[in-house]
Amino acid sequence: MSVFDGLRFRMVSSPIHRLDPRAKFFFVCVMFVIAVLFNQLLPLIVLFLIQMPLVFVAGVQREWIRSLRGALFLAVMIFVINFVFAYLSPGGIQGIEPPVDTLPEYLMLFENSFALTLRFVVLIESFSVFFLTTSPDHLGLALEQSHVPYEFCFAFTTAVRFVPVLAEEAQTIMDAQKARGLELERGNFIKRIRNYIPILIPLIVNAIRRSLELAETMESRAWGATEKRTNLYVLRLKKPDYVLVMMSILMLVLAVYVRLFLPVPPLVVILQI
Amino acid sequence: MIEVKDVSFTYVNGVEALRGVSLTIRDGEFVAIMGQNGAGKTTLVKHFNGLLKPTRGEILVDGVNTRKVSVATLARKVGFVFQNPDHQLFCETVEDEVAFALRNFGFEEKTIKKRVAWALNLLDLTEYRETSPFMLSGGERKRVALASVLAWNPKVVILDEPTIGQDQKQKERLRQFIIQLTAQQKTVIIVTHDVEFVAECNPHVVLMAQGEIVAEGGAKQMLTNPDLVTKASIVPPQITQIFLELADLGLPTDLIDIHEAREALLNFLGVNS
Repeated sequence: MSVFDGLRFRMVSSPIHRLDPRAKFFFVCVMFVIAVLFNQLLPLIVLFLIQMPLVFVAGVQREWIRSLRGALFLAVMIFVINFVFAYLSPGGIQGIEPPVDTLPEYLMLFENSFALTLRFVVLIESFSVFFLTTSPDHLGLALEQSHVPYEFCFAFTTAVRFVPVLAEEAQTIMDAQKARGLELERGNFIKRIRNYIPILIPLIVNAIRRSLELAETMESRAWGATEKRTNLYVLRLKKPDYVLVMMSILMLVLAVYVRLFLPVPPLVVILQI
Repeated sequence: MIEVKDVSFTYVNGVEALRGVSLTIRDGEFVAIMGQNGAGKTTLVKHFNGLLKPTRGEILVDGVNTRKVSVATLARKVGFVFQNPDHQLFCETVEDEVAFALRNFGFEEKTIKKRVAWALNLLDLTEYRETSPFMLSGGERKRVALASVLAWNPKVVILDEPTIGQDQKQKERLRQFIIQLTAQQKTVIIVTHDVEFVAECNPHVVLMAQGEIVAEGGAKQMLTNPDLVTKASIVPPQITQIFLELADLGLPTDLIDIHEAREALLNFLGVNS
């Protein structure tokens, strides 16, 4: 659940919260693209650090750290898998002549695996900053004003809104099954996964039931009666939004330039270890 | 016997749900816990089978501190039927559903068969043995949930809002059923808003408000006292309301039972019954 906690919006006002969701989303996309462009450690560290000020200005450090902690398990998996497989077939990694047998080569291998893990962390970081500072309502509004069909916008905002409800319901179901003697922590790995069936089935059945009920109540309140919807609030890009967009474009151009024309040496080489 | 000793409980989000609650429930007693929404009723009973552990104070179930044993161990003694049956039904057939807890507690297959047949018969569900619980009506699902708890014959049975969504006939059956359980020296604890049901059942009543016990005593004494009723934000049974309105005629005001009310009225009118 902790990953979800990291994506849960809390209403506060900060310069980051007030930014237009479209501008923020563009920034996140740019971060995403740049992170995928590089697989060296240095640029990924830079990407990681660039976003830190945003977290602090928005004042969402605690939630942000929680979301990173939630991603820890996957991050470790990514690191281990990369390390093991790159060790088994290290062809293509800069500075390694297979087989891996010297200390610098091990370091290189480590740096490479760490870089790919950091890439994942950077992606989580940027998405978490986006979701932590953008209210679901604004997000829906942004989608709508980007000419996404209203049905999709509505489905999206509803899905986001029901995450906490589902989390609470999961807790109740867990209590109900524990009261019938279910012990989630008992047994081997397979058994433990099977233990969750009595939780998942009621959760899914209730979610489906609830969505049908929601559809009926919406229909009975004339959902979709007007062809052309208007909004009370209209999103307008302001100066800070343009600044963010311009900066994002600049970073993107710079990153593409570096990627194409400048070789990025591994950290191991720079530090001359 | 359940002993609640000066128990306070605060949820993770900081909500103080119980404040210094002390209560003793003897074996074979029938207790109704009443009070407005958010008074702490469900929070209190969730302590009885260890789903929640007190922040301060302690709870002893037959002398065992709930902090020291698992929910599964306590559940063997304390059966808890949740308010919404949809939070626990997940099996393909009603039979499996009722057998679920028995399997968790490690009963032998032979015993399980016997117990399941007994519980289904008790709640008039034998004809639905092979039916999916999801195909049943709301009231029937509620009975399946009840059967699935009674099947392991717990010493204490907790029912959270058992009358919600039940028609008059089902309520009467439930009442008969509770009488039967108490006759077998079982402790029955219900959490409810249904004053009329409580008036008919005449249990020991515990009134709660804002995480504290306002008063406890016989149903008659509790439900006909205007001050206590106001404190716990409940409305007296209709019979009592009528007699409270007629108090200036010299009629008694401490009535919750229809037959007593009839006697009182006939007496007042000077007619011999």
